[in-house]
Amino acid sequence: MADDEVTSPDVDDAGETATVATIEVPEVSAPEAAESQVPAMTDANAALLARVTAELGEAILESGQAGVDLIIRVTPESWARAAEVCRHKLGFDYLCFISGIDWLPTPSVGGEDAESDTSAPVQPKTMTFGVAGSEGRFQVFARVSSTRVARVGLTLKVDIKESKPVVGSWCGTYPGADWHERECWEMYGFVFDGHPSLRHLYLPHEFEGFPLRKDFPLLAREVKPWPGLVNVEGMPGEPDEEEAST
Amino acid sequence: MTSFEVDPKLYSPLADSQLNVELDTGDMILNIGPQHPATHGTLRLVVRLDGERVIKADPVIGYMHRGYEKLTEYRTYPQITTLVNRIDWLSSFANEVPFIGAAEKLMNIEATPRALYIRTILTEMARISTFLLFLGEMGLQVGAITPAFFGFRDREYTLNLIESATGGRFHPNYNRIGGLKEDLPWGWVAECRNTMKKMLDSCDEFEDLVMGNPIFQARTRGIGIIPAELGASYGVSGSNLRASGVDWDLRRDGEPLLPYNEIEWKTFTHQDGDSFARYWVRLQETRESARMILQLLEQLPAGPIMAKVPRIIKVPEGEIYVNAENPLGEMGYYIISKGATGPFRVKIRTASFSNVSILPWLLQGIYVPDVITVLASLYFILGDIDR
Repeated sequence: MADDEVTSPDVDDAGETATVATIEVPEVSAPEAAESQVPAMTDANAALLARVTAELGEAILESGQAGVDLIIRVTPESWARAAEVCRHKLGFDYLCFISGIDWLPTPSVGGEDAESDTSAPVQPKTMTFGVAGSEGRFQVFARVSSTRVARVGLTLKVDIKESKPVVGSWCGTYPGADWHERECWEMYGFVFDGHPSLRHLYLPHEFEGFPLRKDFPLLAREVKPWPGLVNVEGMPGEPDEEEAST
Repeated sequence: MTSFEVDPKLYSPLADSQLNVELDTGDMILNIGPQHPATHGTLRLVVRLDGERVIKADPVIGYMHRGYEKLTEYRTYPQITTLVNRIDWLSSFANEVPFIGAAEKLMNIEATPRALYIRTILTEMARISTFLLFLGEMGLQVGAITPAFFGFRDREYTLNLIESATGGRFHPNYNRIGGLKEDLPWGWVAECRNTMKKMLDSCDEFEDLVMGNPIFQARTRGIGIIPAELGASYGVSGSNLRASGVDWDLRRDGEPLLPYNEIEWKTFTHQDGDSFARYWVRLQETRESARMILQLLEQLPAGPIMAKVPRIIKVPEGEIYVNAENPLGEMGYYIISKGATGPFRVKIRTASFSNVSILPWLLQGIYVPDVITVLASLYFILGDIDR
């Protein structure tokens, strides 16, 4: 089912699995949405997408649905404006969170030996992107919702260039963005243009590196692939296993 | 590290000699914390004072940062419940529920009705035990010792119940994908019913002891007011926002995760938005939670506690955000899965982080003794801020 079908507002409270195709659909020029979204977009989300599209228009690159939330990907230039639209035009008065994603595959822990160990997850080696796609490795995503309307949430994503990880700040629109952006800056190294003071939030100020990037090693796992895999040492006085076998 | 410029005059050896000539009226920088009983962990507040009045406050967090978002990428789903237990350690059980709920939704597994009911009961019990600590603690911060004893006494009853059901007083680790670790022990339901009836009485006790007290009112009324609109844009949630008059409760307004719609209950809001309102709302919610548990116990369905689940938990590719109304506010997990036994990325949205981010604004212009009551009335857990 295509995502760009939009229902008229008087039938927006149908169930999640309602068949959108049977409803008379007004022609709204939604941007090319992801065709292969497995779950059909709910009526409420389709209506919401139409409202967002009316405000942001060309700025929306892709849209999709995860769980019950609508997810849109906007252009980097319109990231700050998207926040203003969300808060002042669409009634999303509540900032849920802002954070980042690094789509680089998770490095396999402890080399190839650990592959058969089910206690440590084995992630795919290829880079794939989630709902609403991505252009490159880095993305910032944020979720806003409303305290006045029940069960509504909008997740926004924006691509970040690896060479120049800069994006507009949301601080002017949602004051709560301050700490979220500071966290995102120190964990991923994304710079939020317009943020009053990007300084460390959790980590000591002399900390180097960006811990949540996938290429930042989790040192504990480098030293020992998995703490559950204990090499049992013999009691003092007992011969080691290797010595005993030889 | 602070961004304040320190007046070198303050630290000069001549400062003492100047004191006798004229009083220095320059600003003073005061460190509150990192260890202060009102902070439930290690929060440091750097406040710049003009006399007794706060000009600027800067919370310094991160003393308890444990990097859970990174650690989740190296663990399997069942292993992560151990981690999320330790985010907000006063209501660990409530932390597990949205995480497990998110994994279940991605896997298209539904927990059995009995498991869902027991989850609801224990979530509400976590709420009661968290709030009882608050109700006592808040009294302590304004100089009343008795509420603390009452709070700790009653909290012990609920912790005993949680322990007898789950095996852990603070870190239950009781949820499994598809259900629960094991069923309730024999006699638990009757014991729980008695305790909840006792809890209704102790809420009345708190109301008598604290709410009408003129000293308590003088210390809390009109102090630390959070405007509803501003609070929401900071991401303040839960009882803190309801105390500002916003009738928004994820148990009712969020995506259904637990069977709250099958029982009768209501939300409480207060129009004032001050420290007193936050106390009042939490007290009412404690009582309401006890009532909810009594209803849930009446309706507790029989049946299995585990749904059919594959032996090796592999979560299909996809992403989802699941949130729940934790005692402290909205707690949510944004899980991105790539079809492995562990998640690719978990964004943990905690309530206290956003609740506390309003502090620089909230503390401006209030007096030092009120800083403590405002901190206590916001009610945050440092593990929930730092993750």
